[in-house]
Amino acid sequence: MFLLKKLSNFAIVIFGVLILTFLLIHLVPGDPVEVMLGESASTADRAQLRTDLGLDQPLIQQFGSYLAKLSHGDLGNSIHTKTPIIETIKARYPATVKLALLALLIGICIGVPMGIYAALKANHWQDIVVTLVSVRLSAMPAFWLGPMLMLIFAVWLGWLPVSGMDSKASIILPALTLGFGLSAILTRMTRTSLLEVLNDDYIRTARAKGLTERAVILRHALRAALLPIITIVGLQMGSLLAGTVITETIFSWDGIGRLLVESIEKRDYPVTQACVLIVALSYVLVNLITDLLYRFADPRVKLA
Amino acid sequence: MQLNPNSIDLNAILSSPNFSYLLGADDLGRSILARLLRGVEVSFVVAIIVTGITMLVGVCVGLLAGFYGGKIDRALMQITDVFLAFPGILLAIAFSAVLGPGLVNLMIALSITGWVSYARLTRGQALGLRNRQHVLAAESLGASVPRMIFRHILPLLTSILVVEATYSLASVMIAEASLSFLGLGIQAPNASWGAMLRDGVRYMLIAPHYVLIVGLSLMSLILAINLGGDYLRDKLDVRTEK
Repeated sequence: MFLLKKLSNFAIVIFGVLILTFLLIHLVPGDPVEVMLGESASTADRAQLRTDLGLDQPLIQQFGSYLAKLSHGDLGNSIHTKTPIIETIKARYPATVKLALLALLIGICIGVPMGIYAALKANHWQDIVVTLVSVRLSAMPAFWLGPMLMLIFAVWLGWLPVSGMDSKASIILPALTLGFGLSAILTRMTRTSLLEVLNDDYIRTARAKGLTERAVILRHALRAALLPIITIVGLQMGSLLAGTVITETIFSWDGIGRLLVESIEKRDYPVTQACVLIVALSYVLVNLITDLLYRFADPRVKLA
Repeated sequence: MQLNPNSIDLNAILSSPNFSYLLGADDLGRSILARLLRGVEVSFVVAIIVTGITMLVGVCVGLLAGFYGGKIDRALMQITDVFLAFPGILLAIAFSAVLGPGLVNLMIALSITGWVSYARLTRGQALGLRNRQHVLAAESLGASVPRMIFRHILPLLTSILVVEATYSLASVMIAEASLSFLGLGIQAPNASWGAMLRDGVRYMLIAPHYVLIVGLSLMSLILAINLGGDYLRDKLDVRTEK
Protein backbone atom coordinates (compact mmCIF):
# COMPACT_ATOMS: atom_id res chain seq x y z
CA MET A 1 0.00 0.00 0.00
CA PHE A 2 2.79 2.37 0.93
CA LEU A 3 4.71 1.37 -2.16
CA LEU A 4 1.67 1.86 -4.38
CA LYS A 5 0.98 5.31 -2.98
CA LYS A 6 4.61 6.30 -3.32
CA LEU A 7 4.80 5.09 -6.91
CA SER A 8 1.54 6.74 -7.97
CA ASN A 9 2.72 9.99 -6.47
CA PHE A 10 6.00 9.52 -8.32
CA ALA A 11 4.10 8.98 -11.59
CA ILE A 12 2.06 12.16 -11.11
CA VAL A 13 5.18 14.20 -10.41
CA ILE A 14 6.90 12.77 -13.50
CA PHE A 15 3.87 13.65 -15.58
CA GLY A 16 3.90 17.20 -14.21
CA VAL A 17 7.61 17.49 -14.98
CA LEU A 18 6.94 16.35 -18.55
CA ILE A 19 4.17 18.92 -19.01
CA LEU A 20 6.31 21.72 -17.62
CA THR A 21 9.36 20.91 -19.75
CA PHE A 22 7.14 20.44 -22.79
CA LEU A 23 5.58 23.86 -22.27
CA LEU A 24 9.00 25.53 -21.94
CA ILE A 25 9.38 26.02 -25.67
CA HIS A 26 5.95 27.65 -25.84
CA LEU A 27 7.01 30.27 -23.32
CA VAL A 28 9.45 31.77 -25.81
CA PRO A 29 8.17 35.29 -26.43
CA GLY A 30 7.16 35.74 -30.05
CA ASP A 31 7.91 33.03 -32.57
CA PRO A 32 10.26 30.35 -31.21
CA VAL A 33 11.34 29.39 -34.72
CA GLU A 34 12.43 32.93 -35.46
CA VAL A 35 14.29 33.17 -32.16
CA MET A 36 16.12 29.92 -32.80
CA LEU A 37 17.06 30.47 -36.45
CA GLY A 38 17.59 34.21 -36.35
CA GLU A 39 16.16 36.77 -38.72
CA SER A 40 18.33 35.85 -41.69
CA ALA A 41 16.88 32.35 -42.09
CA SER A 42 15.00 31.58 -45.28
CA THR A 43 11.26 30.98 -45.27
CA ALA A 44 11.79 27.38 -46.34
CA ASP A 45 14.12 26.70 -43.40
CA ARG A 46 11.64 28.17 -40.99
CA ALA A 47 8.75 26.14 -42.36
CA GLN A 48 10.94 23.04 -42.20
CA LEU A 49 11.88 23.59 -38.54
CA ARG A 50 8.28 24.38 -37.66
CA THR A 51 7.17 21.06 -39.12
CA ASP A 52 10.09 19.22 -37.52
CA LEU A 53 9.21 20.53 -34.08
CA GLY A 54 5.51 19.98 -34.76
CA LEU A 55 4.77 23.59 -33.84
CA ASP A 56 2.08 23.79 -36.54
CA GLN A 57 -0.11 21.26 -34.76
CA PRO A 58 -2.57 21.78 -31.91
CA LEU A 59 -0.95 21.84 -28.46
CA ILE A 60 -2.53 18.60 -27.22
CA GLN A 61 -1.38 16.74 -30.33
CA GLN A 62 2.13 18.14 -29.89
CA PHE A 63 2.22 16.91 -26.32
CA GLY A 64 0.99 13.49 -27.46
CA SER A 65 3.71 13.11 -30.04
CA TYR A 66 6.28 14.46 -27.54
CA LEU A 67 5.35 11.67 -25.13
CA ALA A 68 5.26 9.07 -27.91
CA LYS A 69 8.76 10.05 -29.04
CA LEU A 70 10.05 10.08 -25.46
CA SER A 71 8.83 6.55 -24.88
CA HIS A 72 11.20 5.49 -27.66
CA GLY A 73 14.04 7.42 -26.08
CA ASP A 74 13.80 10.06 -28.80
CA LEU A 75 14.50 13.55 -27.49
CA GLY A 76 14.44 15.16 -30.93
CA ASN A 77 17.34 16.61 -32.89
CA SER A 78 19.64 19.47 -32.06
CA ILE A 79 19.01 22.49 -34.25
CA HIS A 80 22.71 23.23 -34.47
CA THR A 81 24.37 19.89 -35.06
CA LYS A 82 21.24 18.18 -36.49
CA THR A 83 22.22 15.05 -34.56
CA PRO A 84 19.89 13.19 -32.17
CA ILE A 85 20.02 14.86 -28.75
CA ILE A 86 19.95 11.55 -26.94
CA GLU A 87 23.42 10.72 -28.36
CA THR A 88 24.90 13.99 -27.06
CA ILE A 89 23.34 13.40 -23.66
CA LYS A 90 24.65 9.85 -23.53
CA ALA A 91 28.12 11.21 -24.26
CA ARG A 92 27.92 13.99 -21.65
CA TYR A 93 26.00 12.36 -18.82
CA PRO A 94 28.79 10.10 -17.50
CA ALA A 95 31.08 13.10 -16.91
CA THR A 96 28.44 14.73 -14.72
CA VAL A 97 27.75 11.54 -12.79
CA LYS A 98 31.48 11.04 -12.23
CA LEU A 99 31.81 14.58 -10.92
CA ALA A 100 28.75 14.27 -8.68
CA LEU A 101 29.90 10.94 -7.22
CA LEU A 102 33.38 12.23 -6.44
CA ALA A 103 31.85 15.32 -4.85
CA LEU A 104 29.62 13.07 -2.79
CA LEU A 105 32.63 11.07 -1.65
CA ILE A 106 34.51 14.24 -0.70
CA GLY A 107 31.45 15.54 1.12
CA ILE A 108 31.13 12.34 3.14
CA CYS A 109 34.86 12.07 3.89
CA ILE A 110 34.97 15.61 5.26
CA GLY A 111 31.46 15.97 6.65
CA VAL A 112 30.99 12.78 8.66
CA PRO A 113 34.27 12.91 10.64
CA MET A 114 33.78 16.63 11.29
CA GLY A 115 30.25 15.94 12.48
CA ILE A 116 31.44 13.19 14.83
CA TYR A 117 34.16 15.47 16.17
CA ALA A 118 31.68 18.29 16.77
CA ALA A 119 29.25 15.95 18.52
CA LEU A 120 31.96 14.57 20.82
CA LYS A 121 33.06 18.07 21.73
CA ALA A 122 29.48 19.30 21.97
CA ASN A 123 29.26 22.85 23.31
CA HIS A 124 33.03 23.19 23.62
CA TRP A 125 34.78 25.78 21.50
CA GLN A 126 35.76 23.15 18.92
CA ASP A 127 32.10 22.35 18.33
CA ILE A 128 31.19 26.01 18.03
CA VAL A 129 33.93 26.64 15.49
CA VAL A 130 33.03 23.59 13.38
CA THR A 131 29.32 24.41 13.44
CA LEU A 132 29.91 28.05 12.63
CA VAL A 133 32.16 27.23 9.69
CA SER A 134 29.79 24.59 8.33
CA VAL A 135 26.70 26.78 8.61
CA ARG A 136 28.44 29.61 6.81
CA LEU A 137 30.07 27.41 4.21
CA SER A 138 26.78 25.83 3.17
CA ALA A 139 25.39 29.29 2.44
CA MET A 140 28.13 30.03 -0.07
CA PRO A 141 27.20 29.42 -3.69
CA ALA A 142 29.31 27.32 -6.07
CA PHE A 143 30.09 30.28 -8.29
CA TRP A 144 31.82 31.90 -5.32
CA LEU A 145 33.69 28.86 -4.01
CA GLY A 146 34.74 27.66 -7.46
CA PRO A 147 36.64 30.79 -8.51
CA MET A 148 38.20 31.09 -5.03
CA LEU A 149 39.53 27.51 -5.12
CA MET A 150 40.69 28.08 -8.68
CA LEU A 151 42.54 31.21 -7.62
CA ILE A 152 44.27 29.54 -4.69
CA PHE A 153 45.12 26.06 -5.99
CA ALA A 154 45.49 26.64 -9.72
CA VAL A 155 46.71 30.21 -10.11
CA TRP A 156 48.69 30.93 -6.95
CA LEU A 157 49.91 27.51 -5.88
CA GLY A 158 49.85 25.98 -9.37
CA TRP A 159 49.11 22.50 -8.00
CA LEU A 160 46.10 21.75 -10.16
CA PRO A 161 44.92 22.56 -13.68
CA VAL A 162 42.75 25.68 -13.94
CA SER A 163 39.98 24.11 -16.00
CA GLY A 164 39.16 21.71 -18.79
CA MET A 165 39.21 17.92 -18.80
CA ASP A 166 42.65 17.23 -20.21
CA SER A 167 44.37 15.73 -17.21
CA LYS A 168 43.15 13.35 -14.55
CA ALA A 169 43.64 16.02 -11.90
CA SER A 170 41.15 18.32 -13.62
CA ILE A 171 38.26 16.77 -11.75
CA ILE A 172 39.64 17.68 -8.32
CA LEU A 173 38.73 21.38 -8.18
CA PRO A 174 35.16 21.08 -9.50
CA ALA A 175 34.57 18.09 -7.23
CA LEU A 176 35.92 20.03 -4.24
CA THR A 177 33.67 22.97 -5.11
CA LEU A 178 30.61 20.75 -5.07
CA GLY A 179 31.83 18.61 -2.19
CA PHE A 180 32.55 21.42 0.28
CA GLY A 181 28.98 22.64 0.28
CA LEU A 182 27.76 19.11 0.79
CA SER A 183 30.26 18.44 3.58
CA ALA A 184 28.96 21.46 5.47
CA ILE A 185 25.42 20.09 5.41
CA LEU A 186 26.63 16.60 6.35
CA THR A 187 28.65 17.95 9.28
CA ARG A 188 25.57 19.52 10.80
CA MET A 189 23.43 16.48 10.11
CA THR A 190 25.94 14.03 11.57
CA ARG A 191 26.39 16.17 14.65
CA THR A 192 22.65 16.46 15.31
CA SER A 193 21.78 12.82 14.77
CA LEU A 194 24.76 11.59 16.76
CA LEU A 195 23.92 13.84 19.68
CA GLU A 196 20.40 12.48 19.62
CA VAL A 197 21.46 8.86 20.09
CA LEU A 198 24.35 9.53 22.48
CA ASN A 199 21.94 9.87 25.39
CA ASP A 200 20.09 6.63 24.65
CA ASP A 201 20.07 3.74 27.09
CA TYR A 202 21.95 1.33 24.89
CA ILE A 203 24.88 3.72 24.65
CA ARG A 204 25.05 3.82 28.45
CA THR A 205 24.88 0.02 28.47
CA ALA A 206 27.71 -0.17 25.96
CA ARG A 207 29.80 2.16 28.09
CA ALA A 208 28.86 0.33 31.28
CA LYS A 209 30.03 -3.01 29.97
CA GLY A 210 33.44 -1.48 29.49
CA LEU A 211 33.69 -0.94 25.74
CA THR A 212 36.26 1.56 24.60
CA GLU A 213 34.93 4.97 23.65
CA ARG A 214 35.93 4.32 20.06
CA ALA A 215 33.83 1.14 19.89
CA VAL A 216 30.87 2.88 21.52
CA ILE A 217 30.90 5.69 19.00
CA LEU A 218 31.77 3.82 15.84
CA ARG A 219 29.93 0.57 16.37
CA HIS A 220 26.91 1.58 18.42
CA ALA A 221 26.14 5.26 18.11
CA LEU A 222 27.16 5.94 14.52
CA ARG A 223 25.23 2.96 13.23
CA ALA A 224 22.00 4.30 14.66
CA ALA A 225 22.77 7.82 13.52
CA LEU A 226 23.47 6.69 9.99
CA LEU A 227 19.91 6.61 8.67
CA PRO A 228 19.19 10.34 8.65
CA ILE A 229 22.66 10.84 7.20
CA ILE A 230 21.87 8.47 4.33
CA THR A 231 18.66 10.36 3.63
CA ILE A 232 20.48 13.65 3.47
CA VAL A 233 23.09 12.15 1.16
CA GLY A 234 20.33 10.95 -1.16
CA LEU A 235 18.50 14.24 -1.16
CA GLN A 236 21.72 16.16 -1.72
CA MET A 237 22.69 13.96 -4.66
CA GLY A 238 19.94 15.67 -6.63
CA SER A 239 21.07 19.14 -5.66
CA LEU A 240 24.57 18.11 -6.68
CA LEU A 241 23.24 17.36 -10.15
CA ALA A 242 21.80 20.87 -10.34
CA GLY A 243 24.92 22.40 -8.81
CA THR A 244 26.92 20.91 -11.63
CA VAL A 245 25.34 23.40 -14.06
CA ILE A 246 27.32 26.27 -12.57
CA THR A 247 30.36 24.30 -11.46
CA GLU A 248 30.79 22.70 -14.87
CA THR A 249 30.53 26.11 -16.50
CA ILE A 250 33.21 27.56 -14.22
CA PHE A 251 35.65 24.72 -14.81
CA SER A 252 34.78 23.96 -18.46
CA TRP A 253 33.81 20.43 -17.48
CA ASP A 254 31.98 18.82 -20.38
CA GLY A 255 29.00 17.38 -18.58
CA ILE A 256 25.30 17.82 -18.93
CA GLY A 257 25.24 21.10 -17.00
CA ARG A 258 27.61 22.77 -19.41
CA LEU A 259 25.63 21.32 -22.30
CA LEU A 260 22.58 23.08 -20.88
CA VAL A 261 24.35 26.42 -20.67
CA GLU A 262 25.85 26.02 -24.15
CA SER A 263 22.46 25.18 -25.62
CA ILE A 264 20.98 28.30 -24.05
CA GLU A 265 23.73 30.43 -25.54
CA LYS A 266 23.09 28.91 -28.99
CA ARG A 267 19.31 29.13 -28.55
CA ASP A 268 19.13 25.43 -29.25
CA TYR A 269 15.92 25.03 -27.27
CA PRO A 270 15.26 21.33 -27.94
CA VAL A 271 18.63 20.58 -26.28
CA THR A 272 17.81 22.93 -23.39
CA GLN A 273 14.50 21.18 -22.94
CA ALA A 274 16.14 17.75 -22.99
CA CYS A 275 18.83 18.70 -20.45
CA VAL A 276 16.30 20.15 -18.03
CA LEU A 277 14.17 17.04 -18.37
CA ILE A 278 17.08 14.65 -17.81
CA VAL A 279 18.39 16.47 -14.73
CA ALA A 280 14.91 16.74 -13.20
CA LEU A 281 14.16 13.06 -13.88
CA SER A 282 17.48 12.02 -12.32
CA TYR A 283 16.67 14.12 -9.27
CA VAL A 284 13.19 12.68 -8.82
CA LEU A 285 14.46 9.14 -9.33
CA VAL A 286 17.30 9.50 -6.80
CA ASN A 287 14.84 10.93 -4.28
CA LEU A 288 12.44 8.03 -4.80
CA ILE A 289 15.20 5.47 -4.36
CA THR A 290 16.46 7.21 -1.20
CA ASP A 291 12.98 7.28 0.22
CA LEU A 292 12.40 3.59 -0.46
CA LEU A 293 15.83 2.61 0.87
CA TYR A 294 15.15 4.53 4.04
CA ARG A 295 11.84 2.79 4.61
CA PHE A 296 13.32 -0.64 4.06
CA ALA A 297 16.50 0.00 6.00
CA ASP A 298 14.81 1.20 9.18
CA PRO A 299 12.74 -1.53 10.79
CA ARG A 300 10.99 1.07 12.93
CA VAL A 301 9.42 2.81 9.95
CA LYS A 302 6.22 0.98 9.13
CA LEU A 303 5.51 0.45 5.45
CA ALA A 304 1.79 0.98 5.98
CA MET B 1 38.27 59.26 -7.56
CA GLN B 2 36.04 57.64 -10.18
CA LEU B 3 32.55 56.80 -8.98
CA ASN B 4 30.66 56.48 -12.25
CA PRO B 5 30.03 52.73 -12.75
CA ASN B 6 29.95 53.02 -16.54
CA SER B 7 32.79 55.41 -17.25
CA ILE B 8 35.50 53.72 -19.29
CA ASP B 9 39.16 54.59 -18.77
CA LEU B 10 41.42 52.74 -21.19
CA ASN B 11 44.52 53.64 -19.20
CA ALA B 12 43.19 51.92 -16.12
CA ILE B 13 42.28 48.55 -17.64
CA LEU B 14 42.59 45.83 -14.98
CA SER B 15 44.66 48.11 -12.77
CA SER B 16 45.10 47.06 -9.16
CA PRO B 17 43.69 49.11 -6.31
CA ASN B 18 45.07 52.68 -6.22
CA PHE B 19 43.97 56.17 -5.25
CA SER B 20 41.62 56.90 -8.13
CA TYR B 21 40.32 53.32 -8.22
CA LEU B 22 40.09 52.21 -4.59
CA LEU B 23 39.31 48.60 -5.50
CA GLY B 24 40.99 48.59 -8.88
CA ALA B 25 39.45 48.65 -12.34
CA ASP B 26 37.83 45.98 -14.51
CA ASP B 27 38.58 44.82 -18.05
CA LEU B 28 37.17 48.04 -19.56
CA GLY B 29 38.84 50.30 -17.03
CA ARG B 30 35.67 50.88 -15.03
CA SER B 31 35.83 51.34 -11.28
CA ILE B 32 35.16 48.03 -9.51
CA LEU B 33 34.01 49.84 -6.38
CA ALA B 34 31.45 51.88 -8.28
CA ARG B 35 30.22 48.81 -10.13
CA LEU B 36 29.93 46.81 -6.92
CA LEU B 37 27.81 49.58 -5.41
CA ARG B 38 25.56 49.87 -8.45
CA GLY B 39 25.34 46.08 -8.76
CA VAL B 40 24.26 45.55 -5.16
CA GLU B 41 21.64 48.26 -5.54
CA VAL B 42 20.05 46.48 -8.51
CA SER B 43 20.42 43.17 -6.75
CA PHE B 44 18.58 44.43 -3.67
CA VAL B 45 15.74 45.86 -5.73
CA VAL B 46 15.39 42.56 -7.59
CA ALA B 47 15.50 40.60 -4.35
CA ILE B 48 12.89 42.77 -2.65
CA ILE B 49 10.47 42.69 -5.60
CA VAL B 50 10.85 38.95 -6.14
CA THR B 51 10.52 38.22 -2.42
CA GLY B 52 7.39 40.37 -2.30
CA ILE B 53 5.74 38.63 -5.23
CA THR B 54 6.68 35.11 -4.20
CA MET B 55 5.59 35.73 -0.62
CA LEU B 56 2.20 37.07 -1.70
CA VAL B 57 1.50 34.18 -4.07
CA GLY B 58 2.98 31.52 -1.81
CA VAL B 59 1.16 32.68 1.31
CA CYS B 60 -2.18 32.82 -0.54
CA VAL B 61 -1.71 29.32 -1.94
CA GLY B 62 -0.52 28.01 1.42
CA LEU B 63 -3.45 29.55 3.32
CA LEU B 64 -5.95 28.12 0.84
CA ALA B 65 -4.42 24.67 1.06
CA GLY B 66 -4.00 24.71 4.82
CA PHE B 67 -7.39 26.23 5.60
CA TYR B 68 -9.57 24.08 3.38
CA GLY B 69 -7.51 20.90 3.42
CA GLY B 70 -8.90 17.90 1.54
CA LYS B 71 -8.97 17.95 -2.23
CA ILE B 72 -7.88 21.58 -2.62
CA ASP B 73 -4.90 20.89 -0.38
CA ARG B 74 -3.95 17.73 -2.27
CA ALA B 75 -4.23 19.41 -5.68
CA LEU B 76 -2.18 22.45 -4.66
CA MET B 77 0.48 20.35 -2.97
CA GLN B 78 0.73 18.15 -6.04
CA ILE B 79 1.54 21.26 -8.05
CA THR B 80 4.23 22.30 -5.59
CA ASP B 81 5.63 18.75 -5.79
CA VAL B 82 6.12 19.19 -9.53
CA PHE B 83 7.98 22.46 -8.98
CA LEU B 84 10.12 20.86 -6.29
CA ALA B 85 11.05 18.09 -8.72
CA PHE B 86 13.43 20.54 -10.38
CA PRO B 87 16.49 20.74 -8.17
CA GLY B 88 17.75 24.11 -7.00
CA ILE B 89 18.06 26.78 -9.59
CA LEU B 90 17.41 24.52 -12.61
CA LEU B 91 13.85 25.69 -13.26
CA ALA B 92 14.82 29.34 -12.98
CA ILE B 93 17.60 28.69 -15.49
CA ALA B 94 15.12 27.01 -17.83
CA PHE B 95 12.61 29.83 -17.58
CA SER B 96 15.09 32.63 -18.06
CA ALA B 97 16.61 30.69 -20.97
CA VAL B 98 13.36 30.65 -22.91
CA LEU B 99 12.17 34.08 -21.79
CA GLY B 100 15.46 35.61 -22.86
CA PRO B 101 17.91 37.66 -20.80
CA GLY B 102 17.00 40.92 -19.10
CA LEU B 103 15.98 42.32 -15.76
CA VAL B 104 12.20 41.83 -16.03
CA ASN B 105 12.47 38.30 -17.40
CA LEU B 106 14.92 37.49 -14.63
CA MET B 107 12.39 38.59 -12.03
CA ILE B 108 9.63 36.62 -13.75
CA ALA B 109 11.76 33.48 -13.79
CA LEU B 110 12.69 33.83 -10.11
CA SER B 111 9.09 34.55 -9.13
CA ILE B 112 7.66 31.55 -10.99
CA THR B 113 10.01 29.26 -9.12
CA GLY B 114 10.20 31.02 -5.75
CA TRP B 115 6.65 30.88 -4.39
CA VAL B 116 6.75 27.15 -3.65
CA SER B 117 8.70 27.34 -0.39
CA TYR B 118 6.33 29.98 1.03
CA ALA B 119 3.33 27.87 0.01
CA ARG B 120 4.77 24.84 1.78
CA LEU B 121 5.69 26.75 4.91
CA THR B 122 2.36 28.59 5.19
CA ARG B 123 0.35 25.48 4.45
CA GLY B 124 2.04 23.53 7.22
CA GLN B 125 1.47 26.30 9.74
CA ALA B 126 -2.10 27.02 8.64
CA LEU B 127 -2.96 23.34 8.87
CA GLY B 128 -2.03 23.36 12.54
CA LEU B 129 -3.67 26.71 13.30
CA ARG B 130 -6.93 25.79 11.57
CA ASN B 131 -8.09 23.69 14.51
CA ARG B 132 -6.82 25.91 17.31
CA GLN B 133 -9.41 26.88 19.90
CA HIS B 134 -9.57 30.53 18.98
CA VAL B 135 -10.16 29.78 15.29
CA LEU B 136 -12.86 27.25 16.09
CA ALA B 137 -14.42 29.76 18.49
CA ALA B 138 -14.44 32.41 15.78
CA GLU B 139 -15.99 29.94 13.39
CA SER B 140 -18.77 29.01 15.77
CA LEU B 141 -19.45 32.71 16.33
CA GLY B 142 -20.12 32.94 12.61
CA ALA B 143 -16.92 34.61 11.41
CA SER B 144 -16.47 34.63 7.65
CA VAL B 145 -13.66 32.72 6.00
CA PRO B 146 -11.62 35.83 5.10
CA ARG B 147 -12.01 37.08 8.66
CA MET B 148 -10.80 33.80 10.12
CA ILE B 149 -7.85 33.73 7.74
CA PHE B 150 -6.78 37.35 8.03
CA ARG B 151 -7.73 38.07 11.65
CA HIS B 152 -7.06 34.78 13.35
CA ILE B 153 -4.51 32.80 11.33
CA LEU B 154 -2.31 35.19 9.37
CA PRO B 155 -1.21 37.34 12.36
CA LEU B 156 0.23 34.24 13.99
CA LEU B 157 2.31 33.59 10.89
CA THR B 158 3.90 37.04 10.71
CA SER B 159 7.11 36.35 12.59
CA ILE B 160 7.86 33.09 10.81
CA LEU B 161 7.23 34.77 7.46
CA VAL B 162 9.46 37.73 8.31
CA VAL B 163 12.32 35.37 9.14
CA GLU B 164 11.70 33.34 5.99
CA ALA B 165 11.67 36.54 3.93
CA THR B 166 15.09 37.55 5.26
CA TYR B 167 16.63 34.24 4.28
CA SER B 168 14.91 34.36 0.93
CA LEU B 169 16.39 37.81 0.26
CA ALA B 170 19.78 36.13 0.45
CA SER B 171 18.74 33.21 -1.70
CA VAL B 172 17.14 35.42 -4.35
CA MET B 173 20.33 37.48 -4.47
CA ILE B 174 22.36 34.30 -4.91
CA ALA B 175 19.98 33.08 -7.60
CA GLU B 176 20.13 36.42 -9.40
CA ALA B 177 23.92 36.36 -9.25
CA SER B 178 24.00 32.75 -10.46
CA LEU B 179 21.83 33.56 -13.46
CA SER B 180 23.87 36.66 -14.23
CA PHE B 181 27.00 34.55 -13.86
CA LEU B 182 25.62 32.26 -16.57
CA GLY B 183 24.84 35.31 -18.71
CA LEU B 184 21.08 34.94 -18.26
CA GLY B 185 20.38 37.79 -15.91
CA ILE B 186 21.31 41.45 -15.91
CA GLN B 187 22.94 42.40 -19.19
CA ALA B 188 25.99 44.54 -19.98
CA PRO B 189 26.77 47.34 -19.53
CA ASN B 190 24.68 47.24 -16.35
CA ALA B 191 26.65 46.12 -13.33
CA SER B 192 25.85 42.83 -11.65
CA TRP B 193 27.90 40.87 -9.14
CA GLY B 194 27.33 37.60 -10.96
CA ALA B 195 28.53 38.97 -14.28
CA MET B 196 31.48 40.67 -12.56
CA LEU B 197 32.49 37.38 -10.99
CA ARG B 198 32.39 35.72 -14.40
CA ASP B 199 34.58 38.45 -15.89
CA GLY B 200 36.85 38.11 -12.89
CA VAL B 201 37.31 34.41 -13.59
CA ARG B 202 38.13 35.24 -17.20
CA TYR B 203 40.93 37.63 -16.18
CA MET B 204 42.03 35.63 -13.16
CA LEU B 205 45.51 34.98 -14.48
CA ILE B 206 46.44 38.62 -15.13
CA ALA B 207 44.29 40.45 -12.57
CA PRO B 208 43.51 38.20 -9.60
CA HIS B 209 42.40 41.18 -7.51
CA TYR B 210 39.25 41.50 -9.63
CA VAL B 211 37.79 38.09 -8.84
CA LEU B 212 39.08 38.23 -5.28
CA ILE B 213 37.41 41.55 -4.47
CA VAL B 214 34.10 40.59 -6.02
CA GLY B 215 34.23 37.18 -4.34
CA LEU B 216 34.97 38.57 -0.89
CA SER B 217 32.26 41.21 -1.25
CA LEU B 218 29.73 38.56 -2.22
CA MET B 219 30.72 36.41 0.71
CA SER B 220 30.39 39.28 3.19
CA LEU B 221 27.01 40.26 1.80
CA ILE B 222 25.52 36.77 2.04
CA LEU B 223 27.02 36.35 5.48
CA ALA B 224 25.54 39.66 6.62
CA ILE B 225 22.04 38.86 5.40
CA ASN B 226 22.08 35.39 6.92
CA LEU B 227 23.36 36.73 10.25
CA GLY B 228 20.51 39.24 10.09
CA GLY B 229 18.12 36.35 9.54
CA ASP B 230 19.57 34.47 12.51
CA TYR B 231 19.22 37.54 14.69
CA LEU B 232 15.59 38.01 13.70
CA ARG B 233 14.89 34.34 14.27
CA ASP B 234 16.25 34.47 17.79
CA LYS B 235 14.60 37.79 18.50
CA LEU B 236 11.18 36.69 17.26
CA ASP B 237 11.68 33.25 18.76
CA VAL B 238 10.75 31.35 15.63
CA ARG B 239 11.46 27.65 15.60
CA THR B 240 11.79 26.22 12.13
CA GLU B 241 12.78 22.76 11.12
CA LYS B 242 14.60 22.87 7.84
